[in-house]
Amino acid sequence: MGQTLSVRQLEAWYGSNKTLKGINMEVASNHVTAIIGPSGCGKSTFVRCINRMHETMPGTKVKGEIILDGKSIYDQDPVALRKMVGMVFQKPNPFPSMSIYENVVAGVRLNGMRNKQNLQGIAEKSLRMAALWDEVKDRLNYSGMSLSGGQQQRLCIARALAVEPSVLLMDEPASALDPIATTHIEELVRQLKEDYTILIVTHNMQQAARIADSTAFFLNGELVEHGATSEIFTNPNDKRTEDYITGRFG
Amino acid sequence: MNDYFRKYKNLMMLTVFIGATIIALIPLFGVLGYVVKNGLSALNLQFFVNLPKAMGLPGGGMANAIAGTLIMVLIASALGIPIGILAAIYLTEYDRHSWLSTAVRFATDVLTGIPSIIVGIVIYTAVVLKMGNFSALAGGLSLAVIMIPLIIRSTEEMLKLVSHSIREAGFALGISKAKTILKIVLPTAAKGIITGAMLAVARVAGETAPLLFTALGNQYWSRSLNEPTASLPVQIFQYATSPYKEWHQLAWAGSLVLILMVITLNLVARYAFRSKSI
Amino acid sequence: MSKKRILTTSMGDQTLRLLTLLMAVSVLVLMAWMGWQMFDAARPSIQKFGLSFITNRVWDPVKEQFGALPFIYGTLVTSLLALLLAAPIGLGVAIFLNEMAESKFRAVVGFLVEMLAAIPSVVYGLWGIFVLAPWLRETVEPGLAKWLGFIPLFQGTPVGFGMLAGGLILAVMILPTIAAISREVMAAVPNMQREAALALGATKWEMIRVAVLPYAKSGIMGGIMLGLGRALGETMAVTMVIGNRPDILPSLFAPAYSMAAVIANEFTEATYDLYLSALVEIGLILFGITLVLNFFARLLVWSVARGPKGGNVV
Repeated sequence: MGQTLSVRQLEAWYGSNKTLKGINMEVASNHVTAIIGPSGCGKSTFVRCINRMHETMPGTKVKGEIILDGKSIYDQDPVALRKMVGMVFQKPNPFPSMSIYENVVAGVRLNGMRNKQNLQGIAEKSLRMAALWDEVKDRLNYSGMSLSGGQQQRLCIARALAVEPSVLLMDEPASALDPIATTHIEELVRQLKEDYTILIVTHNMQQAARIADSTAFFLNGELVEHGATSEIFTNPNDKRTEDYITGRFG
Repeated sequence: MNDYFRKYKNLMMLTVFIGATIIALIPLFGVLGYVVKNGLSALNLQFFVNLPKAMGLPGGGMANAIAGTLIMVLIASALGIPIGILAAIYLTEYDRHSWLSTAVRFATDVLTGIPSIIVGIVIYTAVVLKMGNFSALAGGLSLAVIMIPLIIRSTEEMLKLVSHSIREAGFALGISKAKTILKIVLPTAAKGIITGAMLAVARVAGETAPLLFTALGNQYWSRSLNEPTASLPVQIFQYATSPYKEWHQLAWAGSLVLILMVITLNLVARYAFRSKSI
Repeated sequence: MSKKRILTTSMGDQTLRLLTLLMAVSVLVLMAWMGWQMFDAARPSIQKFGLSFITNRVWDPVKEQFGALPFIYGTLVTSLLALLLAAPIGLGVAIFLNEMAESKFRAVVGFLVEMLAAIPSVVYGLWGIFVLAPWLRETVEPGLAKWLGFIPLFQGTPVGFGMLAGGLILAVMILPTIAAISREVMAAVPNMQREAALALGATKWEMIRVAVLPYAKSGIMGGIMLGLGRALGETMAVTMVIGNRPDILPSLFAPAYSMAAVIANEFTEATYDLYLSALVEIGLILFGITLVLNFFARLLVWSVARGPKGGNVV
């Protein structure tokens, strides 16, 4: 099951550059929440704060609070946290030294699971959820790099799902893909919300409109507006949201 | 007229550069040619299985020197490769831009330029004098000191080629940093790291100066790592500077074996592992 | 937020971090320790002879007379001779490989030049004894004496074993270093520079002279200094061909001695402490010179090709 997230007064810096200026936001469980906004608005930083990846870069700083399922994420070991909060990146990044199968089970295996039958079960289940099983079931020992871009991205989704997170963060997961692969991914996101809370960063407003239940609009490190997708796209409260959606800037 | 002169000058300079390259390669073929010619005629089975014979007698071999070189290179690799790789991991994975890393990188570069005989002196005063005798251990140690900066440099270059997104993917799966580095980043750069290690092995396998007063040499088999030990390069040196014709021939044969070892390592490193794994 | 944030609880992470830090720091420690070990062992000699050690030209262990000047002289002359020959040729090779050769040809010739560096020093020495020295004695030195004998450098009996042989063999050995570093820094010259020159109608040579060499100049200087460093400390090949006589003679044909060679030859035969200490002091001087030389050479090369922060930023 997915879990709720609540973000309180979140501020983040990259060097001396303040990229998030006090974000307050509630994320509903088993929802797809889209984060939209022009480049440099802090939307990527925002999702990278939720699994504490932002802090792994040198020269970064975070203030504020994020509560996942009633517990502060900062009271937890980031390594353990990331098992609950999975992430899919902008560019597909399968591990080059590993086969398709090894890629999928990398997370569980490197965290200590040895049982071969369990691992195979997890691999199949995850690949099925990522709608990739039928395409790769006969070549699980091929290198992950042998797949097409869209397949690689679904492999990365399967790899994230294999760890059984409750929240899935997706940072522009389709921006490097062609239209058909993009359709696949969008389809997948719609199905996955049954089991996961999904946050998806996108620069593509049609995509947000197609797949998200709610949408948040970020601008200059601030959350301008957050509401039901239909509201945001048809009847936004804030003038800036309207300007962005109608293409007057950004 | 001016244009004609410019074109003429252009052609002349380009010819000079080609000429320089040809001149540079003459000694290579000169050395290789003589080593192959003289070495082949002296090389036979006895060379690989016999111990050295007393001065001037025919039929001696360098079995113990070959074994000694292998043992000492093994000791050096067992020490130098892990230390070098670990230090390179620190420089790329933990602390890329601090003053400490810059200092270590700089020291590494400078160390590669220190004459190898200096390493021999230091290990002599620090190890041989303390232990009271020359040994394969001391020889291997001095080769390790030469190897470490070479391994650090090549491993660091290879680790830098691994995309940052690979590391992030590991972290994002809830894999600890240590495991991400050891199980994901290192295997990704493995081919390049192995290439670098093989080139470093090739380099120290031919080193003579640091062994002169650490391993010394031995006319017989060494029975332990704590005894003076023969090595191919030192044996070649002693035979080449001796007045006996039989020993000169053995020196050529030894050189041929040494060069074949070194060139094979170079070729395998470059071609078997050439394809960049990233 | 005053609450403490949990950063990591993994033992493995802490262990690997500490272990790698230890290994990285050990490189610094190693360098300092080497310097200290040498200084400590050389102290008796330093205290006894002071500065006269490097100005005294008599080396006579039997009478406890230790002057390093002949070795310093032999080292400097052979190294400078090597530099004089290898620098232009090495640079020529680098220009040919980087700016002129087709990529396939470049790979093959580049590999061959690197092989020049892979041949062990002792093999060069062997070749020097049995091929180079006889050739110098019978052909080159009589010829030089005949045509250029009015210069003191080329006077005297042709012996074969001497500073000329040492310099020549060193030239071969440092050539790949100079060529490799020059290639590295020339490869770092942005292609835009070349194209700009060509677009103005420059010939290839003019492009190299105007766009490539000025940009790569300090790096090439660094490469030459690294080559010099290698020549100063090179031991075996020089030991085998220089003649091993602690004299200071003007003729390049004359046998001489180098700093590294005297250490190699006499170290295990040093029968009393002061003798050994004097040899270590020669090593210490060599260590100091190569350290300083490498330091500045690396600064020059880094300024062009590597950058003080170790190259590319993530």
